[in-house]
Amino acid sequence: MKVIYLDNNATTRVAPEVLEEMLPYFSEFYGNPSSMHTFGGTVEHKITEARERLSGLLGASPEEIIFTSCGTESDNTAIRAAILSNPDKKHIITSRVEHPAIKNLFEYLSKNGYRVTFVPVNRKGLLDLDYLYKNLSEDTAVVSLMWANNESGVIFPIEEIGKILKEKGIVFHTDAVQAVGKIPIDLKNVDVDMLSLSGHKLHGPKGVGALYVRKGTKYSPFLIGGHQEKGRRGGTENAASIIGLGKASDLAAHHLLAENVRVKRLRDRLETEILNRVPNAIINGDKEHRLPNTTSIAFEYVEGESILLMMDEYGICASSGSACTSGSLEPSHVLRAMGVPFTAAHGSVRFSLSIYNTEEEIDFIIEKLPPIIERLRELSPFWKKAL
Amino acid sequence: MWEYTKTVKDHFLNPRNVGVIEDADGVGEVGSLACGDALTLYFKLDDHKRIKNVKFQTFGCASAIASSSALTEMIKGLTLEEAQKITNDDIAQFLGGLPKQKMHCSVMGRDALEKAISNYRGEAEKKVEGEIVCECFGVTDIEIERAVRENHLKSIEDVTNFVKAGGGCESCHDKIQKIIDAALGRETKAKKKVLRLTNIQKIKLIEETLEREIKPALKKDGGNIELVDVDGNHVLVKLQGTCAACSAAEITLKNYVESKLRELVAPELLVEEVQS
Repeated sequence: MKVIYLDNNATTRVAPEVLEEMLPYFSEFYGNPSSMHTFGGTVEHKITEARERLSGLLGASPEEIIFTSCGTESDNTAIRAAILSNPDKKHIITSRVEHPAIKNLFEYLSKNGYRVTFVPVNRKGLLDLDYLYKNLSEDTAVVSLMWANNESGVIFPIEEIGKILKEKGIVFHTDAVQAVGKIPIDLKNVDVDMLSLSGHKLHGPKGVGALYVRKGTKYSPFLIGGHQEKGRRGGTENAASIIGLGKASDLAAHHLLAENVRVKRLRDRLETEILNRVPNAIINGDKEHRLPNTTSIAFEYVEGESILLMMDEYGICASSGSACTSGSLEPSHVLRAMGVPFTAAHGSVRFSLSIYNTEEEIDFIIEKLPPIIERLRELSPFWKKAL
Repeated sequence: MWEYTKTVKDHFLNPRNVGVIEDADGVGEVGSLACGDALTLYFKLDDHKRIKNVKFQTFGCASAIASSSALTEMIKGLTLEEAQKITNDDIAQFLGGLPKQKMHCSVMGRDALEKAISNYRGEAEKKVEGEIVCECFGVTDIEIERAVRENHLKSIEDVTNFVKAGGGCESCHDKIQKIIDAALGRETKAKKKVLRLTNIQKIKLIEETLEREIKPALKKDGGNIELVDVDGNHVLVKLQGTCAACSAAEITLKNYVESKLRELVAPELLVEEVQS
C-alpha cells in the first residue's frame, strides 16, 4: 500500500540528496575528524562545511553552532548552561505548551530548587505576553519558549519577546525544532541567546541536532569530555549525520520561500475542503500565526485514535492529540492549555505536510476522511444527541 | 503504535450489533465525553428470558469499540444470570488480549452490561457506592478495590490501565496505593490459609524465616533468637544477646517476630518467649 505521509512534525523523510551526501562518510571516509592525518582531515573539512551551511540557514556565524545528538540534548544543554552561569537566580520561565523535552525538564527543575512560571496561552494558542512580562524578575535565570508549536503549529512572537528580554538582561532560549526550515529565521535580527534544532525535522537524519549559542553568551558543556566542538560538547562527532544536517540546511534554505508557499497552499486546501465536508470540525490554533505545513483539526464527538486507525487502513499517516494515542488518559497538554473542550480535544487530528506531498495525496485524503468521521459518528452515542 | 490483535482490528473495523433498540428491555450507559470513552448498551429478551437482540453505541478508541462489539457477540442467547458472570477479562480474552493500557475498555463493557441488567430488573440506579478516590475520572474506592482483586493488580499504573483512576492529576496516587496494599495484604493471607502446612513443613518454614529474615535484623542491634519448640500454633523462642536484656523485648517479639512469622508462615501463629 502506498504511504501518504502527513506526519512531518513527528519526523521527515531524509531527502535523497542528503542521503547521497552522507553515504561516503560511513565506510569510505570513516576517519576521525580530530585525527592529524589527511584522511581524518577530509571529514573535518566536511563538518566545517556543514557548520557553515547550517549557520547560513539561521543567519548565524559558524562558531555559534554546536552539533548535538538531538533536539532534546540541545534543550537540556541550553537550560543547564543558563542556570549554571546564573547560580544565584532561582526562577525560570517557560510556556504551558512546550514539547516534553522542555516541559519535563522544567518540571524536574521545579522539584530541585527552582521556581517555575508556566506562561499560559489563549484559546487560539497564542502566548499571554502580559503574563510573561509581569513575571520577569531579578531572580529570573532563563526564559525558554518554543518558536513554533508542534501540535497546533502556532508561532510565538520570538522577535518581540527577545527585545524585551535583552533589555532586562535575561537569557533567552528558544526550542525552534519545528520552526527551522519551515519559516525564515535570521538570528542577526532576533535577540535569542540560544536556539535548539533537530536534524530529522528538516529532511536530515535522526540522531543529530544543533544548539546555537550567541557569541558572548555564558556557556558550560552538558557532555563533558574531549575537545570536540571546541570543548563545548564532548564525544566523537556523528560525522555522516552532521554532514547530512548540513546538506538538509542547504536544501531548506533553498526551498524556504517557493516550496513553502506550495506546501501552505496544499495545507490550506486540505483544511478548507475538510471543513466544508465535515460538520462540527474546528481548527485548533490561530490561523494567522501558524506554520505553513501544520493543521490541527478537532472532529467533535469522535475519538482520535479511531480516526487514525481508520486512515491507517488507507495508508494515511497523521497524529492525534487524543488521550488514547499517548499512553496517558489525558488529551494533549497543548490542547488542554488552549482550553479546547474535551468534546473536541479527544477527536483532534494533526496533519503536518512536507515538500514531498502532492495534490493527488491531498485529493485522496479529502475523499477518504469525511466518510471515516461519518462512520465513527454513527457509532458514537453522543452524535445524534448533539444534532 | 498499539499492538492490537487481528480480532480487535476486525471488531473495530467491522463492529457487530451497532445501533439503538427503541423498545429495549434494558439500557446501560457508562463513561462520558470528558473521559474519552463512553458506551451505551441495549438488550431485548425473548420469551424464555434469553437475550434475543443486543445493540451498542460507543465513543472511543479502537479497543473501546472492539470491546463493545465483542461483548454484544458474547451475550447473545444468554440468560441474564449467565451474562452477569462475564468479567472484563473474559471480554479481553475473547479479543485475543488487549494492550495493558487499554484494559479499561473491557472494564467499561462489563460495567455497561451490569447497568443494563440493573435497569431491566428495575433496580434503582445504583447509588455511587463508596468514596470517590480519583476526582478526574470519578472512580470510587470500591471500584478500584474490585479491579485490584479481580485482576490481581499490583501497581498504580495497573489500576490506571484498568479503571483509569490516577491517570489525570495524579493527586490520588497515595490513596490508590493504600487500596492496593490493603487488597494485596488480604490476598496473601487468603492464599496462605488455603495452603495447609503439615507440622514438619510449618517447623521448617519457621526455621527458614528465622534464619533468613529475623535473625539478620536482630543481629544488627546485637541481639539474636533461638527456636526452642513449636507446639501447634505456639512458637516458643529464646531471646539472646542484647535482646535478652532489652526492656523492649516483648514489643520486639510481638510486633516484629510474630508479625513476620504470621506474614510469611501462617497467620494464626503465636510467639512466646521461654525463660532460660
